[in-house]
Amino acid sequence: MTRTLVVAGHGMVGHRLVEAVRAEDTEGTWRVVVLAEEPRPAYDRVALTSYVDGWDAQALDLGEHSDIELRLGDPVAKVDRAGRTVVTESGFTQSYDALVLATGSRPFVPPVPGHDLPGCFVYRTIDDLDAIRAAVESAKERKRGRAAAMVVGGGLLGLEAAKALRDMGLSPHVVEMAPRLMPIQVDDGGGNLLRKLVTELDLTVHTGTSAERIEQDGDRLCAKLTNGTELDLDLIVFSAGVRPRDELAREAGLDVGERGGVLVDLSCRTSDPDVWAIGECAAVEGRCYGLVAPGYAMAEIVAAQLLGKDGEFPGADMSTKLKLMGVDVASFGDAHATTEGALEVVLADAVSGYYKKLVVSGDEPRTLLGGVLVGDASAYNLLRPLVGSPLPADPAAMLAPEGASGAVGVDALPDAAQICSCNAVTKGAITDAIRAQGCDSVASIKSCTKAGSTCGSCVPMLSKLLDACGVVQSKAVCEHFAHSRRELFEIVKATRITTFGELIAKHGTGAGCAICKPAVASILATVDTTQGEGGHILDGEQASLQDTNDHFLANMQRNGTYSVVPRVPGGEITPAKLKVIAEVADEFGLYTKITGAQRLDMFGATVDQLPHIWKRLVEAGFESGHAYGKALRTVKSCVGSTWCRYGVQDSVAMAVELELRYRGLRSPHKLKSGVSGCARECAEARSKDFGVIATEKGWNLYVGGNGGILPRHAQLLVSDVDSESLIRYIDRFLMFYVRTADRLQRTAPWIEELEGGLDHLRAVIVEDKLGICDELDAAMAKHVENYADEWRGVLEDPEKLARFTSFVNAPGAPDPTISFTEEREQKVPVLLGVPEVVSR
Amino acid sequence: MTAMETRTVAVCEASRLIPGRGVAALLPDGRQVAIFLTVDGDCYGLSNIDPFARAAVLSRGLVGESGGRPFVASPLLKQRFDLRTGVCLDDESVAIRTYPVRVVDGVVHVSP
Repeated sequence: MTRTLVVAGHGMVGHRLVEAVRAEDTEGTWRVVVLAEEPRPAYDRVALTSYVDGWDAQALDLGEHSDIELRLGDPVAKVDRAGRTVVTESGFTQSYDALVLATGSRPFVPPVPGHDLPGCFVYRTIDDLDAIRAAVESAKERKRGRAAAMVVGGGLLGLEAAKALRDMGLSPHVVEMAPRLMPIQVDDGGGNLLRKLVTELDLTVHTGTSAERIEQDGDRLCAKLTNGTELDLDLIVFSAGVRPRDELAREAGLDVGERGGVLVDLSCRTSDPDVWAIGECAAVEGRCYGLVAPGYAMAEIVAAQLLGKDGEFPGADMSTKLKLMGVDVASFGDAHATTEGALEVVLADAVSGYYKKLVVSGDEPRTLLGGVLVGDASAYNLLRPLVGSPLPADPAAMLAPEGASGAVGVDALPDAAQICSCNAVTKGAITDAIRAQGCDSVASIKSCTKAGSTCGSCVPMLSKLLDACGVVQSKAVCEHFAHSRRELFEIVKATRITTFGELIAKHGTGAGCAICKPAVASILATVDTTQGEGGHILDGEQASLQDTNDHFLANMQRNGTYSVVPRVPGGEITPAKLKVIAEVADEFGLYTKITGAQRLDMFGATVDQLPHIWKRLVEAGFESGHAYGKALRTVKSCVGSTWCRYGVQDSVAMAVELELRYRGLRSPHKLKSGVSGCARECAEARSKDFGVIATEKGWNLYVGGNGGILPRHAQLLVSDVDSESLIRYIDRFLMFYVRTADRLQRTAPWIEELEGGLDHLRAVIVEDKLGICDELDAAMAKHVENYADEWRGVLEDPEKLARFTSFVNAPGAPDPTISFTEEREQKVPVLLGVPEVVSR
Repeated sequence: MTAMETRTVAVCEASRLIPGRGVAALLPDGRQVAIFLTVDGDCYGLSNIDPFARAAVLSRGLVGESGGRPFVASPLLKQRFDLRTGVCLDDESVAIRTYPVRVVDGVVHVSP
């Protein structure tokens, strides 16, 4: 028999409940009716502040449910427990067998005179943010400049609201009644540092005071604080905590908690066995929880009980770790040392910008009770699981920079310690997966336990657990070679083996695959150009090893056609050359786009067209841009001292010189570079593998930056060096990287993996600690000497040219599956409709 | 196709095949066959169309071997297809058509 579950509220917790019921109720025993107040389905309220990034509500979407009835914008107005029905605001009546209240909470607005004036807002929903945005826009228009805003509340939520305002271009005032920011999570020391750090980010912080009165002053607001300060404002956001929405329960005669909230027991049942309450509106044994994780736990246990299983609220870990405007803040366990006899160990460094405190028991052995971390919360993952356990090392040593990971081995953690907090995976579960289930890599632990599969911050710990269990993690390139790329490089360099066939016969097994072949091809090419004669990457057997992009010296796009990127060193190009590109694109009917790296890309070329296109380009003085290769792509530049009134060095000339020097160098991954002519950094050099920024005295060299999935800022390697030294250090940096990095490892993770990191790198290439600099210099000199344009090499070789054909039996015949349509006056590809698949 | 049909299409000289790579051939009816030569000297034919990427690109993929199974990896999203059976190694529910390929007197022939 089908019963009806009515859920009042569709926030994150209501959403989770419905998901859990639908996932478990495979028999369809529950009909689910959700009655929601907001006009849109549940969204990620925790990430509300990120809505400002693009004003795209879709981005916060939590996903649709299947097979439920969802009424939006029509909240429950009344519960009739005797009749087991609810009536909505619009008068819709719905009977229930089980009712779950998930009505959340409402922002608390202190009863300050004037709190309801126009220009006063709260911060909880997408609609709230839309209203704030409209107010900011109209204030900006009125003033033709910056709008002024105040946030009431300096807790977690208040700082989130301040961040949203800052992202809208404002410099908000934050007013907090307590003597410090985030009073619940951090102590005075942490609060002071937090205040300093956010003040640097353009917030004005007023603590130990509150709004006394708000008055309208024309189209503006005037707020008077209790300490006498008067603020002239365009808008005010109240973000000073929340109150549970328990009014439905009150009116229906259900018990409520002393401090509000629908009173429920540990199974989340109210005083009526058919009515439950979960999330922020629930007071579990009298206590309300304002975080989403306990709410989710409540949703899961109610879903379990609805389906006939047991469920009990396990209590909540109120530990918090977050990044507020780039500032790490973490708080765990007994952060305020309220345990009797507790001692505090504090390490604070206002210069480096961190504050760390551990709370430990008064007697030996010192048990970790809690802690506060501000500015650097990297130790949080290791420390939080230790709460309740004896500290494995001296507390002060554990707080030292890098100390937690150094002093506390993972083996010191108890089995119950949670390693992956996203998926609640304990150390015990992971070591069990390693020992009993045979997981021998981070990847297999991820798929077996889900640890590390969400935010990834515990991945280094997974690796350490593998080490601790005695598992030697394979660095093998693939099933055909037991060696890492670095080892293969050493073998090729030492033995002067010049073919893949010989290498796999002597040092590997089988016939090779799509992983080891291109990797070895890259090694052979680098060793050849830096020690040998500098042959072509499509010579002899090498032709069979290259990925399609290297094989056709162009980038394959989604319909099988290619794109063509000629090198434009430093992004500097003459009008005559621009004209050639325009003519070629026009003649061959190519889509054109400016790339992210100051070059021009021409798309939609068929294999047959490539040599004809390149004949024109090479004749006009262009050469391969290696956009297809794991090689140097581009050295981006700003316009530099030649034209720019701020420039202090000629960044364009330097970029051109660097690009011409390193073009064609095959590497473990693509390489990008940039040169900026002054500290304003218009070339974005710090997002490059090697970036150069001009100074009054010379150049600063930064290494290990990248964009991509995991963006990294490059770190300073040497400063104020002259041009000659700069190039020498880059030569060595690149050669050292090319020889020792893993396959597809970019410079940032490579530096991270070097024992000693950046300092070690500096010791090797600046101080020549390993005594290899002469060799690295000689290798790069050889590379520069051996460089030859790959496309010219193809055009001069009839055998290589003959490979550029769509059909071996019909040279010149166009591929009938390739077609295009037009968008914004240019052609774009059309994919094949129905692929030819054999059904099995 | 029945066993009675013996008609084949001559595609190219065997010397045009590079061990470890493929070429594409256009059949008279417009279908495309990707023909591969392995380093062991075996020839295989598969449909040239990658069903995942919906583009005619498989002849331009890299040939390899996994646990003794010869495969071609699509150059687009890298799914691997068994050269002998057309079965996708990464999703065994998908298979593409295979074409018998023979070398006769130094000429590569495909049975359509």
